[in-house]
Amino acid sequence: MSQNILTVCYLIGSITFILGLKMLSNPASARKGNLLAGAGMAIAILGTIFLYKDVETGEYLHNYEWIFGALLIGGIVGTLAAKKVKMTAMPEMVSLFNGMGGACAALISIEEFNHLSKEIQTNPNPDYIHFIQPTVLIIVVGLIIGSVSFAGSMIAWGKLNGKVKDLSFTGQNILNLLVLASAMGLAGYLVMHPAHSMMLYIILGLSLIYGIFFVMPIGGADMPVVISLLNSFTGVAAACGGFLYNNEVMLTGGILVGAAGTLLTILMCKAMNRSLKNVLIGSFGGNSAKSGGGSSDFGHYKEISLSDTAMIMSYANKVMIVPGYGLAVAQAQHICHELEKILAEKGVDVKYAIHPVAGRMPGHMNVLLAEADVSYDHLLEMEDANEEFSTTDVVLVLGANDVVNPAAKTDPASPIYGMPILDVELAKNIVVNKRSMKPGYAGIENELFFKPKTSMLFGDAKKVLQDLCAEIKNS
Amino acid sequence: MEQILNFITVNQQIIYIVVLMIFVGIEVIGRVPSVLHTPLMSGANAIHGVVIIGAIIVMGKAEANNHLALILGFLAVVLGMINVMGGFVVTDRMLEMFKKKKTNH
Repeated sequence: MSQNILTVCYLIGSITFILGLKMLSNPASARKGNLLAGAGMAIAILGTIFLYKDVETGEYLHNYEWIFGALLIGGIVGTLAAKKVKMTAMPEMVSLFNGMGGACAALISIEEFNHLSKEIQTNPNPDYIHFIQPTVLIIVVGLIIGSVSFAGSMIAWGKLNGKVKDLSFTGQNILNLLVLASAMGLAGYLVMHPAHSMMLYIILGLSLIYGIFFVMPIGGADMPVVISLLNSFTGVAAACGGFLYNNEVMLTGGILVGAAGTLLTILMCKAMNRSLKNVLIGSFGGNSAKSGGGSSDFGHYKEISLSDTAMIMSYANKVMIVPGYGLAVAQAQHICHELEKILAEKGVDVKYAIHPVAGRMPGHMNVLLAEADVSYDHLLEMEDANEEFSTTDVVLVLGANDVVNPAAKTDPASPIYGMPILDVELAKNIVVNKRSMKPGYAGIENELFFKPKTSMLFGDAKKVLQDLCAEIKNS
Repeated sequence: MEQILNFITVNQQIIYIVVLMIFVGIEVIGRVPSVLHTPLMSGANAIHGVVIIGAIIVMGKAEANNHLALILGFLAVVLGMINVMGGFVVTDRMLEMFKKKKTNH
């Protein structure tokens, strides 16, 4: 009876995962979809704790105090981390959580292998070894994928919060492939000779190194794509667990995320008009040295005062705001909305031009502006915005850089060449707010800042916007 | 060769699940607007937290005197739970903001 109930629990879990993902891809139902998948997860977890019977011994699980202790600690840590994290740091947080999942999968593999190698010691006959070989294969695959995902996610996390710098050297791709190949070679050996249990730890080490090397050379601007890819890796690692325990809900959940995550990765690449191969191999870090450095080539930039900015904005018919990561860092979304309202009162038509990859993740700006209650109708997607720039009087670029860099169109040597950009140049005036002349995340100079129509307004986005609001109100 | 064919026959149910789930996974999110890329990734991230079930099984099977197994299992359950709880809560926080705006008009 209890096994039948558990089967139903897993069935419910699998269905909610599918429906949840489906609902998550539609703005109207997304939140419900997330809660639905969460509820399904809770049912699957509780069902496992109370109803799962070991296939070999037919016993229920024990060590309840350990299990509930761990669930409580993990639950509290996870909830607090998720609640406390700032909007700007959410991408990092997703990466961190993803790493936890990968590590979990790797630990399961280690423990199951330890269990197996004890069995081998007590029962070393060839028939038994032959019998467990497929299991060993699954364990090792889960270990490799899980630990690559863990190490990679940690590096991605470090890169997004600025603790880890890009690192690339010649021959890196070859070295990476060598590390991966040797991990796989040893994995093959271990499957053939499961008694050599030390091999597992060498494979673990190599996989961790590969995970680090894999993400290390990829530029910070591409991290969302990498996180999405690692996300699908962890899905596959979870599915390995499903194979191991013949557990349907792990299998469906894992494969579902593996497939959906891979597609999502490709969709993200498309939003940047780049191929996945280009992201993974043609790293930003390697090329930037060539095209950086030449700041003097573009001539001089000019600065604009707050009062002048206030004036041209309040007398404009149409103002377009281009938000970027700088806005998120300064937490200036609320004051930005304030500025929009003040200008609207003066009869100015204010819109936001949202580049699909502005910020650190696709959709980052939408989430941020939504937090400040900016109306959906005022957010223009890139194609629509590009049609409107020619009739725009003032474009206010707030902490965005690479997404408005004309080099993406004009300079084939540029690492961002081919990425669709916002054509802010078409507008009559462009005011760029930045903290300094430092290049953006891709590490390249922006010719836009040196154009005659462009003026620079230096300062922290929040401070500048506050002053700008006061200035416009008084004028 | 025979071994492989044998493996497929023995595990055919699982292989069917894998194949079908790959198609479901691709089909289900095929039309996602780019605005939802981040929340969707985060939601998928929470769903692969299902790996925690494996961790619970490992933990629950460990003998009470096998300290290494207990510690590894405990750690796995903690990490898995951080993935699950953190994943769902952070996704909800992202999506909450989409919803707030809708009620405004």
